Amino acid sequence: MTAADVLLLGLGAVAVGSGLLVVTTRHLVRAGLYLVVCLGAVAGLYLVLTAELVAWVQVLIYVGAVVVLLLFAVMLTRAPIGASDDLDRPGWPALLVGGGAGLGLAALLVDAFRWTKVDLPEAGTAERLGTEIFRSWVLPFEVLSVLLLAALVGAIVVSRPDIGTRE
Amino acid sequence: MPLWLELTIRVAGVVVAFLTLPLIVGQAEHKVMAHMQGRLGPMYAGAFHGWAQLIADGVKFVQKEDVTPRAADRPVFQLAPLVALVPYLLVLLVIPLGPDDLVGQALDIGLFFALAVVGVGVVAVLMSGWASANKYSLLGGLRAAAQLLGYELPLVLAAASVAMAAGTLSLPGIVEAWEPWWLLWQAPALGVFFIAGVAEIRRPPFDMPIADSELVFGYMTEYTGLRFAFFLLAEYVGIVVIAALTTVLFLGGWQGPFGDDYLGWLWTLIKVFAVSFVIIWLRVTYPRLREDQLQRLCWLVLVPVALAQLVLTAAVKIAT
Repeated sequence: MTAADVLLLGLGAVAVGSGLLVVTTRHLVRAGLYLVVCLGAVAGLYLVLTAELVAWVQVLIYVGAVVVLLLFAVMLTRAPIGASDDLDRPGWPALLVGGGAGLGLAALLVDAFRWTKVDLPEAGTAERLGTEIFRSWVLPFEVLSVLLLAALVGAIVVSRPDIGTRE
Repeated sequence: MPLWLELTIRVAGVVVAFLTLPLIVGQAEHKVMAHMQGRLGPMYAGAFHGWAQLIADGVKFVQKEDVTPRAADRPVFQLAPLVALVPYLLVLLVIPLGPDDLVGQALDIGLFFALAVVGVGVVAVLMSGWASANKYSLLGGLRAAAQLLGYELPLVLAAASVAMAAGTLSLPGIVEAWEPWWLLWQAPALGVFFIAGVAEIRRPPFDMPIADSELVFGYMTEYTGLRFAFFLLAEYVGIVVIAALTTVLFLGGWQGPFGDDYLGWLWTLIKVFAVSFVIIWLRVTYPRLREDQLQRLCWLVLVPVALAQLVLTAAVKIAT
């Protein structure tokens, strides 16, 4: 086993473990904080696989913005310190769906690749990603940006009831 | 030089910078503020003009009792000051001091790394605000989160403008590509980046989250002793980091009037301290913004200006 393998295994264990804690903990805000750890570990996985840019995008967007928004929303509504015992979570269906999807995908991937060795592509630097996105993937990129723009406009319309009402 | 020796020297250099620069800035803040307000400031500690005041403060903080409120979420409460401090230490790793690899660790995407890691600081503020079990702290934490999320956008957009102009995300690369006329061309981005940066480290006039006249001390209300000192240190390191990023991105880093090759580090330091001085100056000059004014400034002024600057940069870049 190389150092990269050890790192991958370790970070993967951290990601899975903190991910489990996110869904099992009874502390609402701590669940969000475990999510920070989980997403950070995933960013670490990207780093080990030499996808630098994706790793730091993950930190900037998910840790720095998405989780913070999530925590912000939780704290605005109800965020007691200590365990909340009145959480009603559909435990079994969630376990079935989540566990089934996870194990199924794992089995599929393990079966598909067996012991095939895949060489790491060149490092995912900003330059290389830029070339890829704006050469081979321009159309998906543009479609995605239109989709995001539509979502943005939609969010503004939904959050402002005074738009579109006629007296 | 063997790899391990080089690594040790680099890390030690960054740690020394991390331990000294914030103290110098902190001491400068005491003295500059005092003189601007017509008083002397610290005069006794260390005999000569109170140069050892912050060391004395540090000793005092270490001796104080470390109180955790009974209702607080203990582990989260105790972890928050560290989460506030560590990101800034990491950012110092990638800021170049001079040419020829005089940098903790030259990253290909240093700018991106710096912005991403600075953004993690919000989590610490939310953690401390919530875990204190104090409504003033919680309000402070929420205000800080709203402010940091808002100002992150103009900060990143202004930095993106420079990265576009230089054609690279590497911080030494940006300094190398920098030319004096960028001061003119990138001036709006410089303004946006500096203002958003000051807001990002929650310094006055953007200190709504702390607002001592209404929120006691915001998310830091319940902290005492060493943990409080960590928050203070994080604030001073924040000044150094924002000043250094402004220097490297907009003011030409190690480029000076002469002798860039061997005096580069001096030019960088002079510029960093000059920008830090302006940040301190702002604190003494301007009254605190109200929460709605703060958000208005961000979304109605800074973001549009930053977007316009991006368009301008792109146009000039395509034209030349």
